[in-house]
Amino acid sequence: MGLDMDVTTILAFTTAFAVFLYVVMDGFDLGIALLFPLVDDPGDHDIMVNTIAPVWDGNETWLVLGGGAVLAGFPLAYAVLMPALYVPVIAMLLGLVFRGVAFEFRFRSIRRRHWWDRGFVLGSLVAALAQGVALGAILQGVAVEGRAYAGGWWDWLTPFTVLTGISVCLGYALLGASWLILKTEGRLRDRAYALARPLALATLAAIAAVSLATPFLQGDYWRRWFTWPTLAIAAPVPLLTALVALALLRSLAARRDHWPFVLTLALFALCFVGLGVSMFPWIVPGALTIHDAAAPETSQKFFLVGVILLIPVILVYTAYSYWVFRGKVGADAGYH
Amino acid sequence: MFESLDAVLLARMQFAFTMSFHIVFPAFTIGLASYLAVVQTLWLATGREVYHNLFKYWVRVFAVAFGMGVVSGIVMSYQFGTNWSVFSDRAGPVIGPLMAYEVMSAFFLEAGFLGVMLFGMDRVGRGLHAFATYAVALGTLLSAFWILAVNSWMQTPQGHVVADNGQFLPADWWAVIFNPSLPYRLVHMVLAAYLTTALVVGAAGAWHLLRARATAESRVMFSMAMWMLLLVAPVQIVAGDRHGLNTLDHQPTKIMAMEGHFESHPEGAPLYLFGLPNMETGTLDHAVGLPGLGSLILMHDSGAAMSGLDSVPRDQWPPVPVVFWSFRVMVGLGLLMLAVGLWSGLARLKGRLYDWRWLHRAALLAGPAGFVAVLAGWVTTEAGRQPYTIYGLLRTADSVSPIAAPAVGVSLIAFVLVYAAVFAAGVVYMLRMMARPPMPDEHGPVRGAPQRAAGIVPGGAAAATAGRELR
Repeated sequence: MGLDMDVTTILAFTTAFAVFLYVVMDGFDLGIALLFPLVDDPGDHDIMVNTIAPVWDGNETWLVLGGGAVLAGFPLAYAVLMPALYVPVIAMLLGLVFRGVAFEFRFRSIRRRHWWDRGFVLGSLVAALAQGVALGAILQGVAVEGRAYAGGWWDWLTPFTVLTGISVCLGYALLGASWLILKTEGRLRDRAYALARPLALATLAAIAAVSLATPFLQGDYWRRWFTWPTLAIAAPVPLLTALVALALLRSLAARRDHWPFVLTLALFALCFVGLGVSMFPWIVPGALTIHDAAAPETSQKFFLVGVILLIPVILVYTAYSYWVFRGKVGADAGYH
Repeated sequence: MFESLDAVLLARMQFAFTMSFHIVFPAFTIGLASYLAVVQTLWLATGREVYHNLFKYWVRVFAVAFGMGVVSGIVMSYQFGTNWSVFSDRAGPVIGPLMAYEVMSAFFLEAGFLGVMLFGMDRVGRGLHAFATYAVALGTLLSAFWILAVNSWMQTPQGHVVADNGQFLPADWWAVIFNPSLPYRLVHMVLAAYLTTALVVGAAGAWHLLRARATAESRVMFSMAMWMLLLVAPVQIVAGDRHGLNTLDHQPTKIMAMEGHFESHPEGAPLYLFGLPNMETGTLDHAVGLPGLGSLILMHDSGAAMSGLDSVPRDQWPPVPVVFWSFRVMVGLGLLMLAVGLWSGLARLKGRLYDWRWLHRAALLAGPAGFVAVLAGWVTTEAGRQPYTIYGLLRTADSVSPIAAPAVGVSLIAFVLVYAAVFAAGVVYMLRMMARPPMPDEHGPVRGAPQRAAGIVPGGAAAATAGRELR
């Protein structure tokens, strides 16, 4: 697999970058909701929501860009994958509805707050599960005939996709816990530390399980991970993952507030590289490569101009927004 | 249970349902974001606290409406793929980059600065906070530009070629984006958003005036809303007329359906006020029309010949009754807005703007008129494009995903249930916020504080006190 840096390949990496930013940024938003039932105090719930209230909308926007980038750059893949993932995608969208409105609604009604909190948790859980399931469904491949999806609407449901669904939930919960460690103090931070360790162990177990199962999905994955020359690129990924995992567990034991979040990000990044090793240059594994699904060059170039001009600006003002709301969020210091 | 319904019809119902719920929120937030930018600017320019209070009052309503627009909008962006995958494959090379530009230039701008706009006043200071408000307002307008470019290209496609595999390939981006109907659609929609917001703001002001609880803030917002109606409703009617002439040039069958012109009129077409469109017989039953006026409005000559649907093969007809009636609802509401605007002008001249109770009642009743008019207008233009997704080029029936009808049916029911619960609650919360008059010491969004509950207590004194303590 030679890495010819044409426009299609650059756009594929851009799309992957957008999806990665979505996963880690909305990952901690969704993860915080998953931790809600494990934190008892309603006041702590308010703080948890306050840590993400000013940024969640921007985080979620990367999901729209991820989808939009596939439509713009690889319309055939979009047209094949969306019907194949019909149930998980619709479930995710409905889950995100409950998650998104909860930020405002839970402060609008004291009487119904527990309902919106329940919607916040369940919506986030459904969205996280659906995203993990979708990832697994793409990895295991979908039936394609001509220019269309050719399978049924429950084809995505297999033991492997259940495993990836649960894995993503665990990973998001870990991200959420390490974000809380970063952004809070006192009792809530203690609770986050207490939750982060078992979540880290469970996430590592899930990463191991998915990594071991993936090569058996398709012969191509096996070849990439266990034969030369791709082995040379693939081999460092598990080694680095092990190192990061150790550092993460140590930083949790040493209670160094910044490091768990940074190291969890690194863990996600390594998982992403691993996925890239398995998939590249497939976009619908076994059926369509990024070049098969590519939009014509006029479309890709026009999109790429926007990417080059606008994404750096977006990153700057996103960073600014995080900077404005930097620091620990206390019980009394809501954003007014 | 869905086997009797075909997947195309279910997919259309799902798109119509989710789109109709979505569009009312952007229609409101486009206008409200601009309104917030205006009152923020007036506050900075004049130093009058009344404008600052109006900002803090409406920004809380904006936060709820914007949140609902965001979550219902993500649904739309993915529905192209789930339910209309063949359309996505064929049109993706043209519309995909435009939608990506919408995300990159508009959605991120709104989302990135929304946090600062809502909660950042104390952290960044007045200048940067105003900048954030402008960025959000600009984002809403850019979003309208790009998505209307996509929609307009689907209505009046140009600047593309069709490849052997059926894909529409962009040949001239400038021609694609600035297609013939874009300028008209954009102006018409943005003005509609401004009018919609003005009607809501005006209705809230009228409510407080009627209940004799009006603060200075209530009067200022009522006055601003009435100025908007007076000045913009006539402009909107002209813009709508121009949009109609543009449609006559590029989508004549849509105009035939809007006008109820089943038969051709070589001697000049009447303007039908009412009638019952009958698709079976191809006639407008019980028609009441003004002779020659249709040609006069559309051709500027009462004797000009106009073709009717009898000149178009039946399999290219849009659903005439839907288009005919939704168009009349929109026009009727537009005239109502004009009437309220003129009435407020008269009241202002007579010095009775704040005590003419019948005007306030009318303004209150007209509060939802903008939303209904926006929906009716979109039904007119979208149903009028049928039976095509890309006018004249790609049929709706050929655009749909290869998905079993039960999948589309079940997801449609899920959307109906979830939207009914969530958006009903959101509307109730917004109405509750508007039911309380804006106070002289208004507080902005207050996060995570139990005192927030006081914000809905009528009178607001306790709420204002609580809000101050939190700051």
